[in-house]
Amino acid sequence: MLSLTDVSVSYDGVPAVRDVGLDLPDGQVLAVLGPSGCGKSTLLRAVAGLEPATGSIAWDGADLSRTPTHKRDFALMFQDGQLFGHLTVARNVGYALRLRRTPDAAARVEELLALVGLEGYADRLPGTLSGGERQRVALARSLAVQPRLLLLDEPLSALDAGLRERLAVDLRRILREAGTTALMVTHDHEEAFTVADRLAVMRAGRVVQQGAIDEVWRAPVDRDTALFLGYARVLEGDAAELVLGRAAPAVAVRRSALVLDDAGRLHGTVVGARATPTQVRLVVDVAGLGEVDAVAPLDRRPALGADVRLGVDGSRLAVVGAAPTGQAV
Amino acid sequence: MRSVRALASTALVGLTATAVTSCSLVGGGDDDEPTSEGGTPTEVVLVTHESFTLPDEVLAAFEEESGYRLEVRSAGDAGSLTNRLVLTEDAPLGDVVFGVDNTFASRALEEGVIADTDVERPAGAAAYDLETGDAADDLVPVDTGNVCVNVDDTWFAREGLEPPADLDDLADPAYRDLLVVPGATTSSPGLAFLLATVAEYGDGWPAYWERLVDNGAKLVDGWSDAYQVDFTQGGGKGDRPIVVSYDSSPAFTLDGEGGTTTSALLDTCFRQVEYAGLLEGAANPEGGEALLEFLLTPEVQAALPESMYVFPVRDDVELPADWARFAEQPDEPYAVDPADIAENRDAWLREWSDVTTR
Amino acid sequence: MRRTLALLGLALGPVLVLGVFFVLPVGGMVARGFWPDGGFDPGGVVEVLTRPRTGRVVWFTVWSSAVATLVSVALGLPAAYVLHRLDLPLRRAVRAALLVPFVLPTVVVGVAFRQLLGESGPLGGLGLDGTPVAIVAGLAFFNVAVVIRSVGAAWEGLDPRPAEAAAALGASPLQVLRTVTLPALRPAIVSAASVVFLFCATSFGVVLTLGGLRYASVETEIYLLTTNLLDLQAAAALSVVQLVAITVLLALAARLRAVPDPTVARRTARPRAVRRSDWPQVLATVLLLALVAAPVLTLVLGSLRVGDAWSLGNYRALRSTGEGALLVPVTEALVTSLRTAVDATWMSLLLGLVVAVVVTRRSRTPAERRVRSVLDGFFMLPLGVSAVTLGFGFLITLDRPPVDLRDSALLVPVAQALVALPLVVRTIVPVLGGIDDRQRQAAASLGAGPLRTLATVDLPAVWRPLLAAAGFAFAASLGEFGATAFLARDERATVPVVIFRLIGSPGAMNYGMALAASVVLAATTAVVMLAVERLRVPSLGVL
Repeated sequence: MLSLTDVSVSYDGVPAVRDVGLDLPDGQVLAVLGPSGCGKSTLLRAVAGLEPATGSIAWDGADLSRTPTHKRDFALMFQDGQLFGHLTVARNVGYALRLRRTPDAAARVEELLALVGLEGYADRLPGTLSGGERQRVALARSLAVQPRLLLLDEPLSALDAGLRERLAVDLRRILREAGTTALMVTHDHEEAFTVADRLAVMRAGRVVQQGAIDEVWRAPVDRDTALFLGYARVLEGDAAELVLGRAAPAVAVRRSALVLDDAGRLHGTVVGARATPTQVRLVVDVAGLGEVDAVAPLDRRPALGADVRLGVDGSRLAVVGAAPTGQAV
Repeated sequence: MRSVRALASTALVGLTATAVTSCSLVGGGDDDEPTSEGGTPTEVVLVTHESFTLPDEVLAAFEEESGYRLEVRSAGDAGSLTNRLVLTEDAPLGDVVFGVDNTFASRALEEGVIADTDVERPAGAAAYDLETGDAADDLVPVDTGNVCVNVDDTWFAREGLEPPADLDDLADPAYRDLLVVPGATTSSPGLAFLLATVAEYGDGWPAYWERLVDNGAKLVDGWSDAYQVDFTQGGGKGDRPIVVSYDSSPAFTLDGEGGTTTSALLDTCFRQVEYAGLLEGAANPEGGEALLEFLLTPEVQAALPESMYVFPVRDDVELPADWARFAEQPDEPYAVDPADIAENRDAWLREWSDVTTR
Repeated sequence: MRRTLALLGLALGPVLVLGVFFVLPVGGMVARGFWPDGGFDPGGVVEVLTRPRTGRVVWFTVWSSAVATLVSVALGLPAAYVLHRLDLPLRRAVRAALLVPFVLPTVVVGVAFRQLLGESGPLGGLGLDGTPVAIVAGLAFFNVAVVIRSVGAAWEGLDPRPAEAAAALGASPLQVLRTVTLPALRPAIVSAASVVFLFCATSFGVVLTLGGLRYASVETEIYLLTTNLLDLQAAAALSVVQLVAITVLLALAARLRAVPDPTVARRTARPRAVRRSDWPQVLATVLLLALVAAPVLTLVLGSLRVGDAWSLGNYRALRSTGEGALLVPVTEALVTSLRTAVDATWMSLLLGLVVAVVVTRRSRTPAERRVRSVLDGFFMLPLGVSAVTLGFGFLITLDRPPVDLRDSALLVPVAQALVALPLVVRTIVPVLGGIDDRQRQAAASLGAGPLRTLATVDLPAVWRPLLAAAGFAFAASLGEFGATAFLARDERATVPVVIFRLIGSPGAMNYGMALAASVVLAATTAVVMLAVERLRVPSLGVL
């Protein structure tokens, strides 16, 4: 179990990570989600032992501050893999095994390549691989000696969208199968939702919220967090009450929270409509809300200027600031 | 970024400015080659080695008296001077050469790089004329000096040891590890010392050198290494009290109390004579002859000791006071026929290398 | 085809300069050996190659240079790491100081070394004077800076993340070094080593002064054969051996250098604070600094002694011509040196920039690429040819119109510019080569002509290395002795030439002045190099 208490890192006196506390139970995957520059990668590097940090970073209660990187028994996987360009795929994967003089390394390498779906790639050089293949090799390399903690630094960000989605699912499967405890940093909430069990949201060096994925998802701690988690808009005051049907300081809505529904409580005028493969996306001028996003089934595309009624899907909105927050968890 | 750009352009402008103004040789405008109008040469070019110096006023006197501008082109050591002349036979480097010594004179004459001249020898100078071949007197002796073994008298006095006296002594175990010699292949005094041993031992000289080396003689690159670094009275205060140097050297180790701390062993000397000559194909033979004659005038001859550390060939000029007292010349130095030297030098040097690096 | 022609057109200037001032003279000397009396006689040359002495000389050159190269690399690597990756106080000053030996005249260093190692010196007890150990130490003293600067620059630009990944996978610092860092640095190390080997194999003064004549290298042998024995056949034979060996070495180095992908984005690591695990390297660097400083310190102390007292007299005397040893005072020689260096600098910069542009533009056909790489190697050749061969070659080939330049004041700066050219090219090429060609294409698509593209894309990236190259060229010119001694006229003697003459003249004052002048030269060099350091350029690039 990884425990971080009051961890701070600064560069030349400028704090990059401030007083972060986190807990990661064995076998779980924790995603640290935040915009670029929020300090999440620095936090990861501090956990790896690559940045000097104050506060306590401990594993199973044992403080690691005097343990150098190579003795922490963690593995670090970078955004762009950082494969060793002069070594073949097999030698990259077997790198840590050779360091430890593990017997039957070759068999283990084959097993790992199979795990990441790269059978037959053993003798290729990294330069000849695609981005996705490189990340798979990097993952296999990191998993080779079954590290007690796997650190993933934006493991999928460098890949294109379709590949990213597929690999995220693969990554989750692989981590599950291997029973790996992992700490992943990312700026992509979809990636975090797909891969992780737990989520910590970081902004400006601080963890502003953490908890199980759906807890965080259902109760974002503030407006910025809600927007970062993928909510399309945050409504406040009267508008919030109008949507929620009861009083609340702020409500975060997804694009699909308002649905074309003849029995809906809201009504307004369609000012924009665009078809996507799964639904029609509308912009509706709703009295009391202003222009908001809404969706309609593909077979019901209202004309511009039409008066429509909208229903509210309660599972696609969240009351902001309602849950206990931040460090206290 | 702006300041970076500004800095770059400033630097560029600065560089250009220095290039076109006096900060550079190109822009300095001191490359004012004299123009020879109507085929009348206005300058005399002297080709010499890097050790050539004469006081400014002496050189100016020549220009004034002769009406020619004097251009001195010096480079390389005495050995390479002759070879430069031979290699540039077809397009001579100048009008007059100075600095061909008696170890290289034959090669210069044989290769035909020296033109016929008829320069009158002043008092005493004729004694240094070359004696080989018909054209021997085309090379005019200008200065002389002897390469002799020097000893640090203060060292020997302190150690209570009698200094060596001749070449044989140097191989005596009593003087083990005390001698330092500049190399014969790399320095002119080194070659002269080798010739002294050739003159003394004839064909037996390699055996003598083996004894020298076995007795701990130290071989170094050149005179400066031997004298300045290893010799006990040199600039670097070395630890070898016996060195191959010149007969004039004691005049430079004055003790400040009216004496000198070193002396030259006059039975170990080889005489070097430096010659000047008119170059075959010279552009200004008249000017060249004028310069040759000038080199023998009392002004130049008297200036030689202090500027080039050599003795004049004229016997009627006064030596500097220190020289007169402390720079003693040998009466009968070793000599080897220049023709023999020309014929055997390469073989001797190769054998010497083999003996000393064995 | 048109591109190849344009390429050749651009290269024409530098090729012509190198042709006239390098190929022609060296070719002329070699031809004298092959055509001794007007008739072609290669047999004489071949005979020379079979002499046992030739074999001994070549063998000594190879092994002593190889050992000196190994020593330089071994000493230079930890220092490269410490001075380029760690945040140490004064590291720029130390880097500048370590380059001083590189430009000191060998004759002075030889004297300093011998005072240190000689029988009466502080290290005389080691009995190293006149041994191959002293030669190797001297060669390493001169060349360790090359390793530090070129490998250090590569190290500075090395992405730290693969090493971090390896550490995170459980590799200890030593294992990271062996399995990740050294393989990544291999091209830089190999090319630095090959340049050091070149410098060692063509070194002249060190072998002569420190070897005590017992050892002859190819370079000293060529000198002896040419200036003393006038055995041009043998000299030509050795020159050809030298040229062939150097060409092979350069080709090999180019191949090994070409390994890393130049388009890989380089991330310069911030220097980091010293950790406990860095102490061995820091100690090694301090030791190296002491080793380099010892001979220099010997010089400084010697220069401050007049008779048996401490005095600045030797420095004051620099305004005089010594005890008759010189035609011009040392101060005037310093002015000449500086002026010559200005000329040599702009010449080598101009040539170097054109060469760098020519060899770094992306090739469209294999033939074009081959032309570029041949040109690249061609301009490295001056590194590997004896100054004596070049000097004599000047005399016999540049002797009639239109190139009667034997007495031109330009000859010295031109010769020095040729010596500095490889340094300049190797400093600029990695930077120009690192510019993504798409930036130029973007500029062109926005309407910039070729010149405008050069000014807006290449120049902003390259001006700093260019200034740095100017510093190297300047310093190299200040210290150049071999060719200058041969070509400079007395009234235009440079400081190294003047030092050589002072030290070769009797009299304690001349000796003291020689030491003082050396210290002045070293200080001037250090100041120039410090100015270069302030520009924070990734230094010598990958030579």
